[in-house]
Amino acid sequence: MQIEPRENISPWRVIFAPIAAIIIAFILCAFLIAWTGEPILESYGYLFKGAFGSRFALSETLNRATPLIFTGLAAAVAFRAKFWNIGAEGQLYFGALAATILGTGAITLPPLLMIPFLFVAGAVAGGLALLGPVFLKTTLKVDEVVTTLLLNFVILLFVNFLLEGPLKDPMSLGWPQAASIIDEGVLPELMARTRLHIGFAIALGASIFIWALMRYTIWGYEIRAVGANPNAAKFSGISINKTVFLVAMLSGGLAGMAGITETAGTKGYLTLDLSPGFGYSGIAVAMLANLNPLGVVISAVFLAGIYVGADSMSRAVNIPTYIADVLVALSVLSVLVSLLFVQFRVRWR
Amino acid sequence: MDWVELFISAGFWAATLRIAAPLIFGTIGELICERAGVLNLGIEGIMTMGAMAGWMWVFQGGSLWGAVLFAAMVGGMFGLLHAILTVHLGLSQHVSGIGITLLASSLSYFLFRMLLPNTTTPPKITSFQPLDIPFLSDLRFFGEAFFSHTALTYLALAIIPIAIYLLYRTPIGLATRMAGENPVALEAQGINVLMIRTGAVIVGSAMMAIGGAYITISAFDAFFFDMINGRGWICIALVIFASWKPGRALFGALLFAGLDAFQVRAQQLAGGDIPYQFFLMLPYLLSIGAMIIISKRMQYPQALLVPFRRGDRI
Amino acid sequence: MANLKISNVTKKFGPLTANDNVSLEVSEGEVVALLGENGAGKTTLMNILFGHYVADEGEVEIDGIKLPAGSTDAAIRAGLGMVHQHFTLAENMSVLENIMLGTESLWSLKSTVARSRRKLENLSNEYNLHVDPDAGISELSVGERQRVEILKVLYRGARILILDEPTAVLTPAETDQLLANLKMMVAKGMSIIFISHKLHEVLAISDRVTVLRHGAMVGEIETRNADKAILAEMMVGRKVTRPKAEVMEPGSIVLELENINVAGKDKATDLLSNVSLNIRESEIVAIAGVAGNGQRELAELLSGLRPWDSGEFKYRGEVVSKADANEFLKMGFGRIPEDRHHTGTVGEMSVWENLLSENLRKSPFWKFGTLIDFSAHRKKAAELIEQFDIRCSSMDTPARLLSGGNMQKLILARTLTADPKFVLANQPVRGLDEGAIAFVHEQLLAARTNGAGILLISEDLDEIFSIADRVGVIYHGHISQLLNVRKTDIQQIGAMMGGDMKAVA
Repeated sequence: MQIEPRENISPWRVIFAPIAAIIIAFILCAFLIAWTGEPILESYGYLFKGAFGSRFALSETLNRATPLIFTGLAAAVAFRAKFWNIGAEGQLYFGALAATILGTGAITLPPLLMIPFLFVAGAVAGGLALLGPVFLKTTLKVDEVVTTLLLNFVILLFVNFLLEGPLKDPMSLGWPQAASIIDEGVLPELMARTRLHIGFAIALGASIFIWALMRYTIWGYEIRAVGANPNAAKFSGISINKTVFLVAMLSGGLAGMAGITETAGTKGYLTLDLSPGFGYSGIAVAMLANLNPLGVVISAVFLAGIYVGADSMSRAVNIPTYIADVLVALSVLSVLVSLLFVQFRVRWR
Repeated sequence: MDWVELFISAGFWAATLRIAAPLIFGTIGELICERAGVLNLGIEGIMTMGAMAGWMWVFQGGSLWGAVLFAAMVGGMFGLLHAILTVHLGLSQHVSGIGITLLASSLSYFLFRMLLPNTTTPPKITSFQPLDIPFLSDLRFFGEAFFSHTALTYLALAIIPIAIYLLYRTPIGLATRMAGENPVALEAQGINVLMIRTGAVIVGSAMMAIGGAYITISAFDAFFFDMINGRGWICIALVIFASWKPGRALFGALLFAGLDAFQVRAQQLAGGDIPYQFFLMLPYLLSIGAMIIISKRMQYPQALLVPFRRGDRI
Repeated sequence: MANLKISNVTKKFGPLTANDNVSLEVSEGEVVALLGENGAGKTTLMNILFGHYVADEGEVEIDGIKLPAGSTDAAIRAGLGMVHQHFTLAENMSVLENIMLGTESLWSLKSTVARSRRKLENLSNEYNLHVDPDAGISELSVGERQRVEILKVLYRGARILILDEPTAVLTPAETDQLLANLKMMVAKGMSIIFISHKLHEVLAISDRVTVLRHGAMVGEIETRNADKAILAEMMVGRKVTRPKAEVMEPGSIVLELENINVAGKDKATDLLSNVSLNIRESEIVAIAGVAGNGQRELAELLSGLRPWDSGEFKYRGEVVSKADANEFLKMGFGRIPEDRHHTGTVGEMSVWENLLSENLRKSPFWKFGTLIDFSAHRKKAAELIEQFDIRCSSMDTPARLLSGGNMQKLILARTLTADPKFVLANQPVRGLDEGAIAFVHEQLLAARTNGAGILLISEDLDEIFSIADRVGVIYHGHISQLLNVRKTDIQQIGAMMGGDMKAVA
């Protein structure tokens, strides 16, 4: 077997390869469903209906997609520069902490200012959560994969401590949860009588912004160059450390914003189960999108659809909801392989 | 005086060994992969899978040693998948590893739920029991601290000298190390780099899975969700701390486990003056600290993360 | 009876035919030179022989037995041994470990270190190739590493030895030693395939010469019937003359280094020690030397990538205070790096983006200093592609798909369009064919005519003697006094490269 680069990369292949890969993931998962004894097509039918089948389902899916777009962008930006930030989960909680500390009465502004203020605060907090790893990486070359991963656990324990101590809402009847975000800070509904809030529109804006940044600005150029070939980037006068730092702040900031959409939007207050692993799923989102910021929107909606749909599927037929995670993981791996065939051709002999 | 008693209590040392054992399996497994040039971020998921598979084997009526073998086999299969993606197809080791972790852990949870749909409290199995070693187990202090462990714990300790011997004293070990230092040199001497790397990833992943299984069939007797809880990532930190040397990996795992055992007891001693969460943070912070300490004189395998294609650069 | 027989080998990579119906025979005790330009397909042919590649057509026989395709192991067991151009040694391991690799069954549970060490010592004595078995590879000089490579092959009992450009990294004295050693091996009945593009070496060692051009065999000739002119004609096939520097009056000093020191990582040894040199306008100063004597550090220093510990660095009369690649570019430095893929280009990014990489920050004010001026840069890129004749399907093609020559043209275009006052050219023609070499030299000479001061770092004395004005030799981090190229000769420079600085007249 020999792998050779293709001379021309056909745009059709770029589009169809991931679609084919996802179909393969669904086929592989069908074996698991078959094993549970439930009808395959019918089960998938429940999944799609649960995800996109009604106005309510769609609103739930888009609501679920909102934080995933942010964490997906966080991973996409970082991975593009080969800065392996696996700590979006922790950064999300730091953002949520900022919302709780500043948005539950400490500061009151009119909504038009309060909401942007919370997003900025969340972004700053998310960036702060990455400060340690990026500092260790640029000064001591400490591997950021491990530091960001382990910080997730530390941050979650820290949030746990705050929720049982200083930040505990006295009105919560013993539950470890923080006080509610004040009304001025709550993200308004985007679709009447649903949970879908304006955070989704902001997420769309963020992905267009990041896309333009990567493509049209010197910063984006530097990020891409540092990721693809740090030696050449350094040779042409780009500061690697400065670029990695910039990437870290962008990435952490985006993940922090996901904390804002959840505390100030979906939930209204901070709890320990604010995020069912949005930080980790964001990595899958970014990979499915091949790190393209616009693609992140599509893959986040896709992933959210699977999670929301799997919930209603498991209510209708007897299939554990973990099928959603399996489906996502298989999609990630098969898309990864499919992208290889976009750029390379395999010759068997 | 409570603090002194803590260190001279046999229970503390016994707990240290118990905590260290799965880390030793995981760390040596990761070390073998990385020595051959392949980072395996699938470790967290593979340990989860090992924990589930091992436990399930016993729960379904299999033997304990059968469970160890079964876990190793399942782990090896995920290793094979990682090897196909990174070694044969040359895909990003970071991305593939994270994908493997997602797949292995979600599949473990799915299968566990499938096979046990209606349980609320996790059922128990009869796990490995402490070996009764004549004379030694009856010693005061030492008996309880070091000679009251399960066979799997001793296996963990035995793995270190075996790994050292294989890596440094046999042709296959030399080839494995060369695959991580300069795969082209291996190819030039007529040894198939892809085969060596694939083998190393499979063997390493099998060991990770045994490490996971240790937790459910030796340390505890049940499988919980989120049971691995970052142990895989800690193993990766330990490999770096050990500077890719098995002997130091043992030292690192024991040091780490000692601190973990200490933290649990210190929590009780502190008696609530310090919130318990801060004690729970210690292992993670210690791992980060260890990586900082070692960062200055790190000597990583030269070809780590570098894919190899036949005919490259020769 | 033929010992080794390659028949009708063809190998294609996509649209490129690397080997086109090539046949070659070598008998016992014979030295066959495989001559060809860079990119002629010599290395591909040897990789097929060695099972690293599988040929599309054709086969290899040793002593009349067909070699299975794609098996390096089988090739080695059949008695082939290859000393690769880029050494295949692991830096962090010992000489003995590097040599023992692959000599024992992988499944054996014991390693016979003591016996292997004895065998290695016997070989060392027999062939007069001495090296400490326990030394780490990283401690060895380039010449010693090559000795390890040859020992590795002898250890496996090779009867047919293939050497791929073995003298590229050696001093003239080390080259003579190598050639003497090879003659001794031939006398003991070994066959040798000697791959080179250096005519005088080919004439000195071989019995027969086979010439490859553009992947095809263009001829075979007994060495005693050949001379340089005949071989050059066969190798290049057309009349390509490298441009020669005409005498020019140099201007004022552009760049001056005085007693520059750069300490090594362990602070014990100096990578560059007391380096002093100056480059004037309209002048090419060459630094000759064997690889690994401080060229890389000197190049990094002049590229703004490596700080210096002491000494004075002056550019156009002003003191340069610190290494800063960006600042150097702004001051008018042009740099052609040693490694086109590794440092010269970002392979994943497009041709036009690579052309822009050093002008990135020159953005008009209304772009807020951060937006890239797409239309202007793309227009400029189109002009450069035209002007420097960079062959690519479009300016949006990823740079990694360019051939070596075109990649070098891209780098030249990027560097020279900024009208640099000082140009660092580090091994600018390594790995290029004659046409591309002539192009690069023309461009460098044109920059010199425009008044640029150029520092050329090269291991190739022919290159230095054809375009440089002054030449110095770098040895163990020291740079000799600069000599007028027209008043010295290859012998003198060669002696200095071997460390005989007294050769400076």
